[in-house]
Amino acid sequence: MASISSRRLQKELTEIHMEGCPVGITLVKADDFETWWFTIEVMGESVYRSEVYTLQFRFEPNYPISAPAVTFVVTDGRKAPLHPHVYSNGHICASILGNEWSPVLSVVSVCITLQSMLASCKKKEPPVDNDRYVRTAPDNPKKTRFVYHDDTV
Amino acid sequence: MSSDYEYSDDDVDNVFDDDELMADGDSDGDDGMEMDDFKVVPKATRKAYELEYDSLSQPAVEKLMEKDVEYIRGILGVDDNTASLLLRHMGWNKERLIEKYMDNANKTLVAAGVIRPEPEAVKPSKRPITRRATKQRSPSPPKSSGSFTCSICFDDAPGLTPLSLECGHAACSGCWEAYITSKIRDEAEHVCRCMAEGCGLVAPDSFIRGAIDEDGFIRFQELLVRHFVGCNKNLKFCPYPSCTNTVSCPSGASKSSLTTVVPIVSCGARGLASDGAPLSQSQELVKRATGKEHKFCFGCVIDSDHRPVVCAVATLWLKKCRDDSETANWIKSNTKECPKCVSTIEKNGGCNHMTCKKCKHEFCWVCMGPWSEHGTAWYSCNRYDEEAGVNARDAQSKSRASLERYLHYYNRWANHEQSAKLAQDLFAKTEKKMEEMQITSTLTWIEVQFMKKAAEELDKCRVTLKWTYAMAYYLAKGNQKELFEDNQRDLERAVEDLSELLESPIEPENIPALRQKVTDKTVYVQKRNDIVLEDTAEGFVEGRWAWNVSVDGFEAPAAEPDTAL
Repeated sequence: MASISSRRLQKELTEIHMEGCPVGITLVKADDFETWWFTIEVMGESVYRSEVYTLQFRFEPNYPISAPAVTFVVTDGRKAPLHPHVYSNGHICASILGNEWSPVLSVVSVCITLQSMLASCKKKEPPVDNDRYVRTAPDNPKKTRFVYHDDTV
Repeated sequence: MSSDYEYSDDDVDNVFDDDELMADGDSDGDDGMEMDDFKVVPKATRKAYELEYDSLSQPAVEKLMEKDVEYIRGILGVDDNTASLLLRHMGWNKERLIEKYMDNANKTLVAAGVIRPEPEAVKPSKRPITRRATKQRSPSPPKSSGSFTCSICFDDAPGLTPLSLECGHAACSGCWEAYITSKIRDEAEHVCRCMAEGCGLVAPDSFIRGAIDEDGFIRFQELLVRHFVGCNKNLKFCPYPSCTNTVSCPSGASKSSLTTVVPIVSCGARGLASDGAPLSQSQELVKRATGKEHKFCFGCVIDSDHRPVVCAVATLWLKKCRDDSETANWIKSNTKECPKCVSTIEKNGGCNHMTCKKCKHEFCWVCMGPWSEHGTAWYSCNRYDEEAGVNARDAQSKSRASLERYLHYYNRWANHEQSAKLAQDLFAKTEKKMEEMQITSTLTWIEVQFMKKAAEELDKCRVTLKWTYAMAYYLAKGNQKELFEDNQRDLERAVEDLSELLESPIEPENIPALRQKVTDKTVYVQKRNDIVLEDTAEGFVEGRWAWNVSVDGFEAPAAEPDTAL
């Protein structure tokens, strides 16, 4: 099983190095097959214009069968974007990271999805239950059972 | 069911002779394995407290599933894989499936994950659903044309075998195996959808069989059986750990029937051959000697025999026993409640002039009346006839009386439960005695079996007795209750007598006498147990029992405030 995740990630990494990331997304570090960091920036007109956020991917040995744990990095002065689906501890409520994850999705496709999630946001505001969630949230967002109720933003 | 006292072979025979779910259970005769010591009643007549049920092994349940699949295949003209997927999607409800399918075949097939949502008509099902993708069908075609690149692991080694469902979303066999195995093993999920994003196609059995290893497929079949059993209210899975048998009990399946019957069933783990072949007599003996019957209630969650009392009352009692923990008991017996705010107060010293810490109400500990009425009559409470005090004391003595009443029943219940737990010891001790007897006397192994029989019967009766106390606690006062308690007393006495006999020391010279006595007593105890069970069961059918609390499915109790707790 471990061979699947490392082989797959190796291929994804090669592709990123060869073709580069999509516009606005930069690979920060991918030293091992457990944790990768990307920076993400929304291009064009947007409420997040010229703001750069850092995304962290954590992979389990059976990735891509199981979804990666994706969070915004909120340490060392980095912040999570103010967005109705992003909690202030960096956790992201997105169905493709939970029950709609499919093994054909990749790290880059997740980045693009999150980028467009930010781009389509009209108003910067935290999730309604932010305080309550952040107080009790587990370290790994995959342990949270999100209710995906709103896919308009 | 038949009592296991008779070494019955019913279960084994029925299951494998009949495919019918509701097979008739008493067609077979005796098998000649009784011991001459124990004259048992012929089992042709079903006792009032027994009901018809069938024990099914996993292969037997699979046979039932196959029959349903065959039926659907015949009616809808689809292949086995499609019929199975459709049935699983509709929770094995054949009528609804046919109705929906006739209404809109395409929509039903899409919903069940058999075909993709496309405007074109249903594909003819003759085509094999599994196939090797021969040409490049990956949704994101890799640049190196000609070779296959798995879209999951991105591997493009030449030896890779691409696999796909009808939708053509190909992945290498290794990824499919990892994916399906993780679904089955980690998620206990029998529905394995295509891995592609947004594709709702479900992998049919033949595909799964080809994709994963033997162990995984066995687990997959187990999941299917569990799903089938879960969907059918006439079936229930044996709750014992790692037992894979199923019991079919249509007469205990409806909620309304639970007021008249106590559907205690046994999954047949003790006498059901799992491979389909009946056991030989010697194997049978070994199994009976070592195995333990998996008895459970078909109607509720209690996984042991709770006859004679019906499910609703048994559940009520267990809940009460859980609530009334030792702590609660102690609080009730050692504290009083403030007459005003009813907070619990323990008096551990000082005078009788109490001031409630919570509501500051001042009252007299002795008479529970307000202190203001006591004036200067310190320590000599003379206010007995004051209404408030009388009421307070009344309420308290009532609570105490009802506690005492509960404890009376609970102690007896707990006592029998404890004895049942010690049954293992008793069996071991009996075993030893039997050996001793074989050494000290001329009796053979088969002739000392009477000890074991007695111990087993004792164990069974204790279970009955235990539950009679739960029943008696909730029975409304009256003649019926008295009759019930008479029967209970007779059984209790018989059980204690037999118990004493079993414990008595063995002396070589009185073994024959002991054997005679034990045998007689065993038969008597068995009879008393039968009487209690039968009479109670008949009472339920006749609607003879009335309760002192409201019980689901029964008439509301007549006003009898002093027994309700």
